[in-house]
This record gives sequence, structure tokens and C-alpha cells, in this order.
Amino acid sequence: MKKLIAPRIDRCIGCHSCSLTCARLVHKQISWDTAGIRIKSSGGLTTGFQANYCLACDPAPCAAACPTGAFSQRKGGGVIVKKKLCIHCGDCVTACPIDAVFQDHYGPVYVCIHCGRCVDFCPHDCLEMEEVKIPATTEEIS
Amino acid sequence: MIRNHFRILVVNLSSGKGQIVQLDGRNSEAGGSGLAALLFNKYGLPEHPWNDTRQPIIFAIGPLTGYFPLMSKTVCSFKSPYHDQYTESHAGGRSALSLFFANLDALVITGKAKQLCYVSVSSRSLDIKNVSFMKGMTVDESGKILRNISKGSGHRTTLRIGPAGENGSAMANINVDTYRHFGRLGGGAVLGVKNCKAILIHGDAIFPGIENKEYNKLFEKVYQQVTATDMMKKYHNLGTPANLQGLNDIKSLPWRNLQATSDPAIGAINGERFAKDNLLRNSACSGCPVGCIHVGYVREMFDANHRYIFKQVSYDYEMIFSLGTMLGVTETHAVLSILDLMEKTGLDAMSGGVALAWATEATEKGLISEQESKVKLSFGDSEAYQLATKMLGNGANDFYRLLGQGTLRAAAEYGGIDFACVLGQEMAGYATGEVFFAAQSLGFRHSHLDTGAYTYDQKHSDQDIEGAVDFLISDEAGRAVMTSMVSCLFARGVYKEELLADCLHSIGYPELAAGLDPLGKHIQKLRWQTRIATGFTPEGTTIPKRFFKVKTWKGAIDSEYLNS
Repeated sequence: MKKLIAPRIDRCIGCHSCSLTCARLVHKQISWDTAGIRIKSSGGLTTGFQANYCLACDPAPCAAACPTGAFSQRKGGGVIVKKKLCIHCGDCVTACPIDAVFQDHYGPVYVCIHCGRCVDFCPHDCLEMEEVKIPATTEEIS
Repeated sequence: MIRNHFRILVVNLSSGKGQIVQLDGRNSEAGGSGLAALLFNKYGLPEHPWNDTRQPIIFAIGPLTGYFPLMSKTVCSFKSPYHDQYTESHAGGRSALSLFFANLDALVITGKAKQLCYVSVSSRSLDIKNVSFMKGMTVDESGKILRNISKGSGHRTTLRIGPAGENGSAMANINVDTYRHFGRLGGGAVLGVKNCKAILIHGDAIFPGIENKEYNKLFEKVYQQVTATDMMKKYHNLGTPANLQGLNDIKSLPWRNLQATSDPAIGAINGERFAKDNLLRNSACSGCPVGCIHVGYVREMFDANHRYIFKQVSYDYEMIFSLGTMLGVTETHAVLSILDLMEKTGLDAMSGGVALAWATEATEKGLISEQESKVKLSFGDSEAYQLATKMLGNGANDFYRLLGQGTLRAAAEYGGIDFACVLGQEMAGYATGEVFFAAQSLGFRHSHLDTGAYTYDQKHSDQDIEGAVDFLISDEAGRAVMTSMVSCLFARGVYKEELLADCLHSIGYPELAAGLDPLGKHIQKLRWQTRIATGFTPEGTTIPKRFFKVKTWKGAIDSEYLNS
């Protein structure tokens, strides 16, 4: 199991290629917003950039807040998203402590699913996929 | 958004209202340069002066904006305070994608607000807000406040003017997102007469993806070409300042108001020196992975007890030419300090530097004195140039106000027309030869990017008048296609006609894709017709004597060849 990390985000030049790629390839849209990773300046362009993306909480507060099971806990952190179950309530948006879930004007929500499609489109190698060590469960040990 | 018409927001600052307008013309004018000319013909008043508040200022993007890498530029068009004729200025930053995601092909501003205001636009909102308290504010001060009072961080563009724009200087730029500019020919003054301090565009629309599978493959191919090959390396390595050493080596770099074309001091301010001593980081326009923006830093001790301020200034070849070699300033931090003040006052740094170079030679020749300039100008004195920059931007007295209208205006008053380095407007940094001098003088934007004339000069030592003219006309039409898409012209080596056609076809513009050659010729003609309707006559173009005395790698300028 892997998760997206941004260990070299201080190299970011603000081209938005990662966001546009996520929207284009994962969510089949052309957008700055409907993406699992979104870039903004960290207090103005003179201070560089920061990336908003799911930090793969485990347990994930957004999954706990979801009333319909559209967001469920993913092994290794983050969430598994089942769009068909989503009722657009926005509780996941409120629950996320770092504003990593985006809700569009019409209701659907967007969050990083740790697929890694954006990684190859970062020209400065800011992003990478990191292997997550999942603790063995009691059943597996026995 | 893919659509076979244009969707325009026209904002009238006099009434405080906006209107969404649908216009035909996608297959004939495409967008960008073509759309801007179309809109000026609809909303402009060719026979009325530039400062008639009814005149429009237009911001237009193209059919490929937001869909492919480096389609990241916006075309701004207006009637210029510099020559009172139609013109364009181009800029990137976040402007293009913000307009795109605001679901607009163009934004047109007409009228005049009763009080200083800013216009705020998104795909679902339009607000005009009073910012009288920003009167006279520098570009950096207003930028910080606008950032705090508006939403959309990361996904918005902030266009703003400084004191120079409010003062009506014909060298006033429109700053775009701190590090980019609609720089030349006075767009800032056009916003100034409208009482418009700033325009904020928040790109918050969401568009459906492209279902054609070829699109994603093509996107990846272009992305690979611009990032994984050497095609764009020169723009993200040393950047355009890499050209300083090369042009100096072939005696084509203007020094000290074009009194020389080469100087051994270049080693102190060439691209390598800036990269080594002052380059802080790179930045990019939205939608462009190349990241050609070079942000330099300057540290200044303001108190003897080691108290410092720290400034970040984006630099390019042209500013190092205009504020470095042209002024005889040969220290990198000194060039950036002058540039920082050009930025803060909202002046076009190229025009401002060339104007101050003329003022320096005029001082040497006794045509102006400290009574006019308020500070003794001499080549290499960066402290004096910093003071002069503030006075030029603020229009401190009659002399600086006149100089801000153009070097030739000041020269007509004080003398010194012969050594005014003006080719339609203050020259770009290429003393490459006859073809460039003629091309900038007669070019549509009087920009070194109108055509590849400076490259032509460097490759041709023969004097083939017909060949040169054919090249210029053909090259301009090709670039008109690029600036209608709207591509960054740095990508002209990547987006050849065949690739542009493939891109247009993949997202659903087959008619545009099939006719790029006639499209370029049509837009070229439309732009010139629009400019001619506002008073342009090629016969009115003159080239000051200084240009006839230049010596390049080919030897002395041939006046007969240049005049022909």
C-alpha cells in the first residue's frame, strides 16, 4: 500500500500541473479545484507554495464523519471513495482538519485517493509515492 | 470551455454593471489576438483618444488555454497612451487560467468608476468595490491588501497598477501576480483613467473532461517535449539572461544608451553571474511546467547594526539590458534594486531604463541639468537611477512627466532626438542589425517578439531586402496564430503548425485545425487594419541617427539597407 507524499514541496514552482493532471486523468474534468491535490501560495507568491492534499490519516476523521459510507477507512491511511454512496452533505469537508477535501458548487466532493497519477507530471520532482507499513492484524499473526 | 462562440463579460465602470455577451467568430478569429481585435472593432472608438473613458481595455484568451502546457498567456489590447493607436501587450502568471476558469473567453472593461475601485470577477460573481484608500499605493502594497481582502488563493490572478498608471504615464504597466506584466505601451494608464486600481479574477469553474482518448496522449507528448527534452532548457536554466554574454560577444548588446555594443564588464552582470549571486528560485505561470520565471534577491542593510531588508525581484534579459548595460550599471544587486523600484511604481522596466539612458546622455551633453532631473544622472550611478526611477514613476515634475510620455516627447522639448533609442517605442535589447531595427520600428507591438528579426540578423550577413521582408511577413502571421491560441512564444519551437492542428482537433475544433495558415494571415490583416484605423502610418516611422552609427559583428550599419 502506498500513499502520496510531498517531501520536496519547497521546490514547487506553482505550475499547477499536478492539480490539472488529477482533475483530467482521475476525475475526468478540466479544473483547478476538482483535484486531490491543490496548490496555493503560502502567503503570497514571494513566499513559495504549499500543497493541499490528503495526509492519509488513520483513523481518518472524514471517514468517521461520513454518514453514508461513501468515505471508508483505507488500510495504510486515507479513504476509499464510493461516489455512488455520496449524498453531498459536505460533512467530510468539515471534518478534515487540513482542508484536503474539496466540494464543488453542485455538491460532489473530491479527495486524494493516493493513486499517484500526479507524480509524473511534477517537473521538479516534488511528489512521490511512499510505501506504507501496515501493522499485521491479530488474525494474521495467529 | 469548448464552444463554437465566444463568451465575453463586458463591465461598464460608469454604470457599475456587467453584461455577458455571446459573439460568433471562433473559426475566423480563434481567440487571443484575433478575438481582441474583433472586440476592439466592436467596442473601441478608433477616432477618439486613448483616454476617452468609453474606450475598452480587453483581456482575451484562446481555444487551447487550459488544455495544453504553455498555453498560459493572455492578450491585453487597448488604445495606447504612447502613440494613441491600437496595440496589444501579453502576459502570463495566473491570468490566462483564471480567465479560463472564470468561464470567459475575454473580459472587456469600459467606462470610468466614480472613485478608485477594483473589479472582482469569478464564474459566478461580479463585484466592483471602492478602494479609494489605495490611491498612490505601490504595486506591492496594493497586492498585499488585495490578497487579504479577496478569496481564491492559488486560483486567482491579481492585475494591478502603481502610481505610474494612476498618473497617466505612457510607460505604466499592469502588474500580473507580482512577477509578470502587461508591460509595454501604457496599459496601466488606460486602467488609471478608468479609476481602476486592480482586477481580480478567481477561476472557480469546473468543465467536463475531453472524452477523445487522443487528447490525453497528445497532452502527455507535449508535456514530455517541454520537460524531458532540451527544447526548453534555455528558458529554465539561466533563462533569457543567458543571451547577455552571447550578444555582447557578437557586438549586439546595447551599452550606455547604445554608445557601444560590447563591453568587457559583461562578466559582472551576465546570466551566469545573476544565477550564481542572486538567483533565489524559479517560478511558473499556471499551466506551464517550464518555470522560466527567475526570482532574484537583494539584501539591503538599512541600519548600521546589521538590520536588513530583503527583496525578491524577477529578472529577465530585457531588464538587465535596460537597467544594467544601457545605464552602465555593472553590479547585479544594483540592477535588481533599480528594477525593484520600477516594479513598485508600476513602470515598464524596459521603457523606463531606456528613457533614463537617454536622460543620462542628455545630461552629459548639457541638454538637461539637475534642475530638470533633480539628481545628477551619470552612467553607472545606480543610487541616482533609483531616485530617478521613483520620480519617473511618480511624475515628480514637468520633466519626468514628459519623459514618462516617451523619450521622443522629452527629446522634442529638450533636444537629443538623434540619440533617443526609440524604435516605435523604447528599444528592446538587440543591436543585431538593420532587419531588427526596421522590424521593431514597424512591428505591430514594437516588440522584439513581433517577429524573429533579431535572430534573422544573427544568421544573415547578406542584404536580401526581399528575402528579409518575406521572412518578416510570414513569421508575423505564424506568431499571430500562436498569440491567438494563446501560447507563450517561448514554445514556438514546440508548437509547430502540425502540432497545433493536432491539439485543436483533439479537443473538438476541427475547422480551426484545418485552416491555420489562412487563420494567421486573416488575424495579421485584422490586427493591422485595426491599428491603421486608429492612425498608424508606416511613413510616419523614423529611426533616430544613433541606430545608423551602430557597429555589430557584421560591421557598421548600412544606412541604405536600413532605409530600404
